[in-house]
Amino acid sequence: MSSVGIVMLVHSALDRAEQVVRHWRAAGCPVVIHVDRKVPRPIFDAFRTACANDPQILFSKRHTCEWGTWGIVAASQSASEMMLETFADVRHVYLASGACLPLRPVQELIDYLADRPHTDFIESATTADVPWTVGGLDSERFTLRFPFSWRKNRFLFDKFVAFQRALGLRRDIPEGLTPHMGSQWWCLTRQTLSAILQDPNRARYDRYFRQVWIPDESYYQTLARQYSSRIESRSLTLSKFDFRGKPHIFYDDHLQLLRRSDCFVARKIWPRANRLYQAFLTEQSEAMKRAEPNPGKIDRIFAKAVERRTRGRDGLYMQSRFPRHGNENGLTSNPYSVFQGFTELFEGFEPWLKKATGMRVHGHLFAPDRVQFAGGDTMINGALCDNAVMRDYNPTAFLTNLIWNTRGERQCFQFGPGDTQSINWLVARDTNAQISVITGAWAVPLFRSNRNFADLRAEAARLQKIESEHLNILRSPLTKARVRIWTMAEFVESPMEPVQMIIDEIATAPTHRLTEAPKMVDLTGFGQFLQNLKNQGMHPYLMGDFPVEPDLVSQPRPLRKPYLVR
Amino acid sequence: MRLRRRRRLLRCLRKGRELSKVHDNTSAIKPGDVLLVSTIRNEKIRLPYFLKYYREMGIDHFLLVDNDSSDGTLEYLAGQSDISVWHTRHNYRRATHGVDWMNYLKRSYAHGHWTLVVDPDEFFIYPFCDTRPIQALTDWLEGSSIRSFGAMLVDVYPKGKLGDVPYQPGQDPLEIAQWFDSGNYSITKNPTYGNLWIQGGPRSRVFFADRPKKAPALNKIPLVKWHRKYAYVSSTHTLLPRGLNQVYEEWGGEKASGALLHTKFLDTFSAKAKEEVQRNQHYANSAEYHAYEKARQDLPDMWCKWSERYINWRQLEILGLMSKGNWA
Repeated sequence: MSSVGIVMLVHSALDRAEQVVRHWRAAGCPVVIHVDRKVPRPIFDAFRTACANDPQILFSKRHTCEWGTWGIVAASQSASEMMLETFADVRHVYLASGACLPLRPVQELIDYLADRPHTDFIESATTADVPWTVGGLDSERFTLRFPFSWRKNRFLFDKFVAFQRALGLRRDIPEGLTPHMGSQWWCLTRQTLSAILQDPNRARYDRYFRQVWIPDESYYQTLARQYSSRIESRSLTLSKFDFRGKPHIFYDDHLQLLRRSDCFVARKIWPRANRLYQAFLTEQSEAMKRAEPNPGKIDRIFAKAVERRTRGRDGLYMQSRFPRHGNENGLTSNPYSVFQGFTELFEGFEPWLKKATGMRVHGHLFAPDRVQFAGGDTMINGALCDNAVMRDYNPTAFLTNLIWNTRGERQCFQFGPGDTQSINWLVARDTNAQISVITGAWAVPLFRSNRNFADLRAEAARLQKIESEHLNILRSPLTKARVRIWTMAEFVESPMEPVQMIIDEIATAPTHRLTEAPKMVDLTGFGQFLQNLKNQGMHPYLMGDFPVEPDLVSQPRPLRKPYLVR
Repeated sequence: MRLRRRRRLLRCLRKGRELSKVHDNTSAIKPGDVLLVSTIRNEKIRLPYFLKYYREMGIDHFLLVDNDSSDGTLEYLAGQSDISVWHTRHNYRRATHGVDWMNYLKRSYAHGHWTLVVDPDEFFIYPFCDTRPIQALTDWLEGSSIRSFGAMLVDVYPKGKLGDVPYQPGQDPLEIAQWFDSGNYSITKNPTYGNLWIQGGPRSRVFFADRPKKAPALNKIPLVKWHRKYAYVSSTHTLLPRGLNQVYEEWGGEKASGALLHTKFLDTFSAKAKEEVQRNQHYANSAEYHAYEKARQDLPDMWCKWSERYINWRQLEILGLMSKGNWA
């Protein structure tokens, strides 16, 4: 007979449980099975009859097991007692469930435990030090009472917890015990387990733990600390939990992962994962390397799954992720740059910027007539169209889609008061946005246009109003974007410094000095143009102070050298 | 809302009388079976592959409403032990586009079952659908106390003009229509029912570019652990009670979701559009079909440079159209 005994808790998929029992038995391990009392009698009887031909498969007294309650501990107690009494050779008792599956040949587990005859494998940590608990009940598990079922009577459960908190009701933890918690799947030595079960204080401890929340994660974990000479605080059963404390389930497609994990036992296996059962329950003849369990890769996959569920992918809006205002974790997926007034002030700014940075540089994406994609394209990644009606139907979705579709490549686009303004708050709140504004530059195209002055005046008034509202947003304390604002007069004074600064920030590669400056449009007479507007009663203030004298503005711009770093 | 739900349920009982049983194999439905409910009209050509696809996925029983097909659909469906068929000659539109009939069937037969409601041109995909049967999904949903599972419509279309390649019975429609739009969908929340309203994709781009508000809704919740008190309100877009519409996460994370590959755009499409315009029994006076009919004059090529070729569910998940959530 083997020195390892298996205590198995079963509540569903009895056919699978039987398969696994046979597997344990084939390696010589005696098995004591506890079947949940909720399993109907005829099904239980059939199961019992099926196992009757093997004297080393025993059935213990049945308890009702409900998640989070004492029943599960009571079940493992009865079964363990039976195991220790009946099978005197057993040195280690392994607690498993019907959904556990041995991944390595059982003999390897037996050898492994035989090499460590006095070691208890039980995950056991003090409540203060681990953030495992779900639902905010950690140390309170041990100091409150939980007479109501969490599954069936959530309302009363919550109310009763709140009630006890309000009244400051507390239970005393029995003297000498330090609450510990950990995975409920353990493997204990006969010494430790019998010490727990035969403790003179057991009645007192049981009475206490009966009212603890999820005692199966703390009963043995706490008591083992009292008696064990050597605790390895880890479970030999690979078992991962999701963010709600539900165990992750293994399917056929996890076969390779499980193989490579070198763990002895895994749970929980989907009962219909035929390939897994077939692969792991047939005799593995190839001599496995005697490796320590190494579930690293599985850990990563499940950690990623939890992160996806709780945080999600930044900047993604889709059918199952539509964050409320303020819960976006990143409004867009990638950094991008918005230029306001540059293309008006410089001739050929867009091609220049593209050359200088290598980014994708769009025109006015939110222009009223059509979307000005880079290179005059009518469509861009993700089949996003240049149709202005479709864009304006949901402008924020247009922008977030654009940034999501082109992730991996930084986007730059032009913006101005003539464009659809509905994205202003989104962009301003977005930490991915780099916004550079030359205020008042919208006047330059007006100045250069050949329109009636009355129209120009009206248009200038409209644009100034819009831009001023936009600036209010950009200066709001809620703005998270990287915003830089210059008045046009300021900017014209020394244009290359700000431009170099912006480019340095965008560029991923070590910045090369700008060798070629963008060419500014001829501003001769611009000051007079502004003065004319003023004379008509429309005060353009966003440009800053422009001198009226023409020669001062059209200063020796061509003579000035491009800004050089160092 | 409760009143609205009651109204829908009463209505489904009334409309349920319009159905007459043709092949009744419902006694074969076992507890825990996953059911599929659908309304079909003159789609015999699609049925062989449709049935094969969903049988392989693990659907245990099909509950089908035949809306007066004239192409021998009823005969084709006879003698298949996992299919039950009802027949009706009544008006599709007056039965809320078939919703009432299907609500009736689900109320009668699907209580306590995971139930998938799809059209014959919709192919349900979900995370790991290439390696795990649908029972793996429903078991997991059940274990996670989730009652409904969202799957957005993804329109797939062929490269080249519609009708260039004729569809053969039994053929995988994705062999012909295998392209889709990956990133032009817009979402708003419907405050009344709490579901998301998703629009966009190729149908919006090609047929509704000038009036995107009219573009068809793409949000769907096709898989539900049915209770006799539940009711679909319009197609499978909206459910009552409203909690079932909460298939999306609002606090930043991603819930698991799937997709319905919508293989409407085959060569069978133009005949269908013509018929539907004449019947005028579809949503918003068949506005959708009118738009198709108009555009059909010069048989559009919906394909564009940025169309993506469909490979598998992982591709859709990377593109952000569906999500594994915390299922791994």
